[in-house]
Amino acid sequence: MRQKVLVLYLANSALDAPTIAWALYDGTGETRPMAGDNDQAPYRTGVDALKDGWRLIQAAQILPHTRGDEFDLAYLKYEFFFEKLVEIAA
Amino acid sequence: MSEAPLLSSLDMARFVARGFLRFDGVVPAEINAQFLAEAGEADYPKPGRKMLRTYGELLAGAQIPEVPPGVPLADAYSPGSAVGRLLDLPLVKGAIQSLVGSDPVFDHYFLHVTFPPAYYEASGGENVSQHTHQDSTIDPSAGFDLQIMYYPHKVTREMGGTRFIPGTHLRRVSEVALGRYQNIAGQQHMVCEAGTLLFLHNGIWHGGGVNHSDRTRTMFKVRMNPSQPQVRRWDMTTLPNRPAERPIFFVKTAQPETVESILMTPEPWFEQDTGRLEYVNRIRLWRHLTGDPTYDADYWATRLENPARAHADG
Repeated sequence: MRQKVLVLYLANSALDAPTIAWALYDGTGETRPMAGDNDQAPYRTGVDALKDGWRLIQAAQILPHTRGDEFDLAYLKYEFFFEKLVEIAA
Repeated sequence: MSEAPLLSSLDMARFVARGFLRFDGVVPAEINAQFLAEAGEADYPKPGRKMLRTYGELLAGAQIPEVPPGVPLADAYSPGSAVGRLLDLPLVKGAIQSLVGSDPVFDHYFLHVTFPPAYYEASGGENVSQHTHQDSTIDPSAGFDLQIMYYPHKVTREMGGTRFIPGTHLRRVSEVALGRYQNIAGQQHMVCEAGTLLFLHNGIWHGGGVNHSDRTRTMFKVRMNPSQPQVRRWDMTTLPNRPAERPIFFVKTAQPETVESILMTPEPWFEQDTGRLEYVNRIRLWRHLTGDPTYDADYWATRLENPARAHADG
């Protein structure tokens, strides 16, 4: 078994919110996803990924905003990790 | 028109909102040819020779002077050199003056060369794109440095091109900590004709695309710092006396393009809540550049700063 990992960044904390950024990592070695390789999101929402067999394994927490830093922006907030386990030839 | 045409207020607003201005094919062919001759060409791929060695030899042989940071940009390149001639183009001088003032300081340059697959096959390395990153390090300053990316030859999509994500420049991140984001909605790839320039806010997220073609791709990047406050350096005759006010959220008729409409235009990757914070941060940068601490667009700052809410009675 090998793991494929899909990371979706959504427009808000709901799993059915639109995808705004995405990444794929392929533990089977069959494909080599990389930065800038696809201008179209693989799934419209996180729920669409579930419907295609991806298992949600982690979701970003919704954190309060530190007083004084409310307007400082840095990394994308709504990050969801999914996995698929794939059989490979022995 | 003056010798160095300054940017208009709408162009400045586009830079503030999106973090870049693009000028296609504006560098004359003779300067492009001179630059490529001065940059030199990489040696042919040779089995077993590492990419770093190939790249290092190319950089060492390039006729682009080594310049320490901190010198006036005007003294960094000789007038007859390709880069010197590039920086002396009226469009370039005017845009630089508008964004970082008339006497910017040279920071650094780098000759970015992206090699085709044959080099990786020969060296045993992997031909992949560069992770998306923000240059330098976390930058909490109110202003910005200017980076110019110069494309001296035509760039096709097969050659990769610089990838960048409009509107990311106001996010305070730590260099390649964001490398996990492979693709972001609205990302652009610099597919362009020879002589194209990209003027960038130093904070914009970007990365080099993988080159699948049969020739090297060359891009020259130079960074400069302001030496004086970045306030009202562009064409002030184009700055309206007051913001164009408009109803919030919905208007019944088409509106003309204004500074405010540009600053309030979202990017495809905006999160639904933090997209509004992006608007606030654009307003803050526009205040900084205009020297007007009361400026607002679409009431975002006015609502937050209402003194009646801020102070207790008495």
